[in-house]
Amino acid sequence: MGKKILLKNDHIPGIQSYDVYRQHGGYASVEKALKTMTPEVIVEEVKKSGLRGRGGAGFPTGLKWSFLAKPEGVARYLVCNADESEPGTFKDRYLMERIPHLLIEGMIASSFALGAKTSYIYIRGEYFYVARILEQAIEEAYAKGWLGKNILGSGFDFDLHVHVGAGAYICGEETALLESLEGKRGNPRIKPPFPAIAGLYACPTIVNNVETIAAVVPIINDGGDAYAQIGIGKSTGTKLISASGHINKPGVYEIEMGITVEDFIYSDEYCGGIKGGRKLKAVVAGGSSVPILPAELILKTAAGEPRLMSYESLADGGFATGTMLGSGGFIVMDESTSIVKNLWNFSRFYHHESCGQCSPCREGTGWMEKILHRILEGHGKMSDVDLLWDIQGKIEGKTICPLGDAAAWPVASAIRHFRKEFEDYVQKPSSIKDVKHYYRLHEAGTAS
Amino acid sequence: MPKVTIDGHSIEVPDGTTILEAARKIGGKIVPPAMCYYSTLKTSGGYCRTCIVKVSKGSERDPRPMPKPVASCRTTVMDGMEVENITSPDLMEARAGVVEFLLINHPLDCPICDQAGECHLQDLSYEHGLSKSRYEFERRTFEKIDIGEKIKLHMTRCILCYRCVKVADQLCDGRVHGVINRGDVSEISTYIKNVVDNDFSGNMIDVCPVGALTDRTFRFKSRVWNVNPVDAHRDCKKCAGKVMLWQKGPEVFRVTGRKDTYGEVIDWICNECRFDKKQTSDWVIEGPSNIERTSVISQNHYTLPEPAHKPLLNDVKIVPDHYQIDNKK
Repeated sequence: MGKKILLKNDHIPGIQSYDVYRQHGGYASVEKALKTMTPEVIVEEVKKSGLRGRGGAGFPTGLKWSFLAKPEGVARYLVCNADESEPGTFKDRYLMERIPHLLIEGMIASSFALGAKTSYIYIRGEYFYVARILEQAIEEAYAKGWLGKNILGSGFDFDLHVHVGAGAYICGEETALLESLEGKRGNPRIKPPFPAIAGLYACPTIVNNVETIAAVVPIINDGGDAYAQIGIGKSTGTKLISASGHINKPGVYEIEMGITVEDFIYSDEYCGGIKGGRKLKAVVAGGSSVPILPAELILKTAAGEPRLMSYESLADGGFATGTMLGSGGFIVMDESTSIVKNLWNFSRFYHHESCGQCSPCREGTGWMEKILHRILEGHGKMSDVDLLWDIQGKIEGKTICPLGDAAAWPVASAIRHFRKEFEDYVQKPSSIKDVKHYYRLHEAGTAS
Repeated sequence: MPKVTIDGHSIEVPDGTTILEAARKIGGKIVPPAMCYYSTLKTSGGYCRTCIVKVSKGSERDPRPMPKPVASCRTTVMDGMEVENITSPDLMEARAGVVEFLLINHPLDCPICDQAGECHLQDLSYEHGLSKSRYEFERRTFEKIDIGEKIKLHMTRCILCYRCVKVADQLCDGRVHGVINRGDVSEISTYIKNVVDNDFSGNMIDVCPVGALTDRTFRFKSRVWNVNPVDAHRDCKKCAGKVMLWQKGPEVFRVTGRKDTYGEVIDWICNECRFDKKQTSDWVIEGPSNIERTSVISQNHYTLPEPAHKPLLNDVKIVPDHYQIDNKK
């Protein structure tokens, strides 16, 4: 069995409730932090732990915390980004549903470290029932004196609120999230200034993912060095992976960074192999926005090394032959999957979720979706594939926020690795009306 | 004062100046085009992405180049920064891409559009656009809306530059004008189609870079190049009263604010001056307006332009002509 830190207690019945959680060592980190540590020491421990942001970008959390401006007389905020909307990612929901007090514990300890007196959990609109779970847990924590005035007699006052979003993918972008939290239209802000300087209500703010904040709890309990021992290289600790697609055991798994991708897909402890014993075709390793990789490149890097579940190994080879760990949304596709159809579905999503603020993303995402739909329906042209390539290149890096990149990368990678499939769709529209039929032809060698 | 180099031209500018403003101080062809930035409207800019530039050296202290093109209207200069605009073929291609995006859903109904001749999107696509559209799908359309009795909103032509939203926010009282919906179906609207009832709402028409917001008292009356602009003023209690009258013979067809080289209104004018004073007797005529020679409006008339910022190096041909770069494609 791999090492479990965050989910070590998730099998215990009633862990959702305060009493059971407390019996199993809950809130020990708050006790330790408030009674024996100073905020600076906690930030130092988090730096030592090598913890990296679990929301997708993988930015070192300790470093981010140290950027927080601390002007006199100005409030500071910690905002937990629970707007988990990346297709293929559902780890935060699982964590909040099963062990809500872990997040609250992390929020208290982290806010103490950052000097925030009020903090928010911004949760996506579709998770309204999870918000109720959290609200109930917060009520319990208030009743037991873990929240409110003068916690544990340390003089630290802290209030925690849950804010439910209205269901927009873009509000997972930190500045759009802050706009939405302020009650405005959820449009990303133009950076700089970064939230650490001027965030929520123009005050210094840190925005962290649910899993990142939860990971602060074991870091305080066991120390940063102990946490840094787990994992491999600069990818320390454990990571929650949301595994979905054509696998025998989809679900949320906590893995120690550094296990091989092959192990993760095929071992019984994790995904348990491909459904029906079919062949692996492709994997989207970190949520829909990261580049898709074909089977041969996801299992082994271009250099022939086994690919590991870590930030560095998955990114090995750049975008030409690599991908990203992202938010850990691991989507497995077997040989019966149509990459074109899958890509159209992703593009449709980004078209629907573009906020419409800046032109390349607003116009380009819709254009890509329409072209893909045309190819899928069998009315495509050979020039469409080049046109798609051109459009994605003109969106990537030209937009205010990373949604433009997120819309462009799947298109770029699908064309890079599966160009032939697009061309087949254009040249033999009759053979693809039934996708499964198309693959039977392909296996027999008649469609190529 | 930080010193910035744009396409080989160096200039010292005060702290906090944006790359675009620095480029405007240098003047000439190196000035990036701007569709959404408006120097007199706070927080404008950053949306259209036409003003993107390549920062090949971040600053003296941190000489690393910036990884992506940046919006020059919202990026402040650092000491020792080096910027490439028309000298970078990659960037010119990226900008052409942005222009293409702006045009794919634009109706291109210039022959019946009142803005034709003074439209920034026309100028932009003439300079950076392709001669033929690669977009083969149906373009999005919206119903026309009257916002107030004097302003027509034709959302189909809108490029969502947000300038009118900033005017409504910053010049008018109460927040009644904004954006609804999301993505490529977002639209400018007023709260449940309320009228924008404010003395300065007419400035939305002037800031609109395209024909999305037009003057209902001028719609379909004349092409802009068939009316002669003259500078005029009157004693107005609400605004500066400095305007341009657009005349054909003695008849005043419309009244607008005076604009600088970059098409930005110099003094906001009130709705009374704009919509109600349509007699020459209401005004003291100063003389013909300065109009950019290259503009369509100057077809029939007159004086040499005098830009707001005097170009220093307009004639020095150190940098390649960006038309040449364009033609290579």
